[in-house]
Amino acid sequence: MLPLDLDALTGCLASSACLVTQTTSGFIIGMLLFLVAVGLTLIFGVLKVVNFSHGAFYMFGAYFAMTAYQFSGSFALAMLCGAAGTAILGLIFERVFMSRVYGADVLMQLLVCYAFVLIFDDVVRMIWGPEFKSMGMPAAFQVAPLFIAGGVVPPYYLLLIGVALAAAVILGLGLARTRIGKVIRAAAHNPGMVSALGINTGLIYGGVFALGGMLAGLAGALAAPVRSLTPGMGFSVLIESFIVTVIGGMGSILGALIGAILIGMIRSFGSLGFPLFTEGLMYLFMVIVLVSRPTGLFGKEVA
Amino acid sequence: MTRTRKPGVSRRATLAMMGAGAVTFAAPWVARAQAKTIKVGMPTILSGRVAQLGTSSRNGVMLEIEKVNAAGGLAGRQIEMVIRDSKGQPQEAARVARELVNTDGCEILIDAEASSGAFAVHEVARDLGVLCLHTNSETSALTADPKQHIPNAFRTARQGVHDSIVGGSYAAAIAKAKGLKKWATCSPDYAYGRDTTGEYVTYLKRFAPDTEIISESWPKLFQPDYTEVVTKILQAKPQALYSCLWGGDLTSYIDQANIYALFSQMEVFAVNMADYTALTVVKNLPKGIHSGNRYIKTYPATPENAAWGDAYKAKYNEYPTNWSWENATAIMLLAEASKKANSADGKKIAEALRGLKIKSPFGADGTVTMRAEDQTLVGYAIGWGTTIPQEPYVPQVQAGDWKTIFELEAEWKKSKGYT
Repeated sequence: MLPLDLDALTGCLASSACLVTQTTSGFIIGMLLFLVAVGLTLIFGVLKVVNFSHGAFYMFGAYFAMTAYQFSGSFALAMLCGAAGTAILGLIFERVFMSRVYGADVLMQLLVCYAFVLIFDDVVRMIWGPEFKSMGMPAAFQVAPLFIAGGVVPPYYLLLIGVALAAAVILGLGLARTRIGKVIRAAAHNPGMVSALGINTGLIYGGVFALGGMLAGLAGALAAPVRSLTPGMGFSVLIESFIVTVIGGMGSILGALIGAILIGMIRSFGSLGFPLFTEGLMYLFMVIVLVSRPTGLFGKEVA
Repeated sequence: MTRTRKPGVSRRATLAMMGAGAVTFAAPWVARAQAKTIKVGMPTILSGRVAQLGTSSRNGVMLEIEKVNAAGGLAGRQIEMVIRDSKGQPQEAARVARELVNTDGCEILIDAEASSGAFAVHEVARDLGVLCLHTNSETSALTADPKQHIPNAFRTARQGVHDSIVGGSYAAAIAKAKGLKKWATCSPDYAYGRDTTGEYVTYLKRFAPDTEIISESWPKLFQPDYTEVVTKILQAKPQALYSCLWGGDLTSYIDQANIYALFSQMEVFAVNMADYTALTVVKNLPKGIHSGNRYIKTYPATPENAAWGDAYKAKYNEYPTNWSWENATAIMLLAEASKKANSADGKKIAEALRGLKIKSPFGADGTVTMRAEDQTLVGYAIGWGTTIPQEPYVPQVQAGDWKTIFELEAEWKKSKGYT
């Protein structure tokens, strides 16, 4: 098979059915990535650390959701447990471990995070076992897919996109309009001054880390019904999230959103037009962005 | 920094160390000469993503070892298993295998590695001349290629080409009956996925020449999301889909394809579906997926097989895997060959193994045979059927015909230049 299948790609672009299916498929991939990446970018923006262990929160979110679902049978409770559980975990992780390496060498921070990637994987292995698990689709969503302009759209994915978009809007407005949002932005800009004004920066840092963890956990919980759960499942998601943040610009929420959707579209349409080069296409795009705009699409110049 | 010079090693300490060294080096030799037990070494994958399969290999072996030891062991010598983790890395598998023989004094090797590791252990067996039973590698070339042939290595597992012949002829019959002409494939992008899919398509086209492949997808191994692959297949609108995805990848794929109602739009042939590790995990298993048998306690539908599956479940609290029966078979063959040779010597057992036919719960006709010419297992139960979402999961298995398999295998070997 040729590496290029432009006929399939142009054929798809000309048909509304294919366009709808592939676009929603791109959104699904993108929105889950966004939830993970936005936490990563938020933590970097405020705490100035690259949280290499972020994928673990995605993994814990999925496992928490599965366990809650098995015990209660309630999908809403499963989502809540996934998000709340990882938020608490994030807070503890930040206060007990990460807060000790702020201002330390980047290598030191990376090593601490990497150690926890391994520790968290083994914790999951001890609690839930090494074999893969599946949460199963809740009965409410086991329905025939919708047909929109001839394209196939599963209802569960509509919910998934909706939740992720809502998270993006709440997050964006919250940071821009509310008092807490202003304090967080101020802490990102000049933590020393914020602290001098009598605001507890430790609390802000812990809160932001918990928020980041919660978003990743929510992504994991949303993915649990459709992806198999294994120790180490966070790793490949983390790599793609890094690509998203690099493309969108470290620290930018809008950048994470646009970057994630772009990656989703590249995967979705790329698999039609460039079946043997879909992965490569993603990295190629990242290289192009890095060469033309080293700070990413929406990244600000480092002061 | 201060440095204190330590005094040199005293003469007494030197003598003591030499003495200890001499005992250490002499001990295994002395122990072996007097030993009633025979050590059998087993490198397998006990950590990482496929640890579950390695564990099930160990379980399969231990279940049989107990019986053999209770019946007196190998020619009167009790078997002691030495099982080590290779982490699924070929170089580690080779290192462990060598150490098991040279340091631990194992006289027989059970190579419970995946194909990548099996070829590495095979070279160790060639070098050391120790009796080696490959229990998990299904890559045809391991025994089919004469360059790989050594008198002391045997395979007690399925063979890829057998699966492809049976799978291809089964699919072709359904393709003809239902008029399935347009096919798509979706398999993991590595050696196993590419080879198996290639062989399957070859035999599908041979038995049903008017079929064509209109779409191919090669997702990465362990890819978390298959949405783009699922929608791509939906766009291509094939009448049938073949996949050799396995384990967690297969269950993810099914969950994701399910919500696109993919299974109601085409016939799906997934060779690795009918394995308990996948069957018991998938929550919403679609009805009517065609699958090859891996291990299932209802096929062959004999009391012996059901009893074996239940005994395993009772002991380990889970059902056996494909690797379990392949490993159990190794021990069954070993015990029978040793009885026939009336010896626990590797060379004599190897001699007795060639052409040995034993009764087996996993045999298509109640027996399996270690074929003499290429030292690989034949006559095991092999077939295809469709799934249902609860036990027995695959109620009707259509048996593959070993006569056809032998004919086409011979032809395949010729085409590969092996004979």
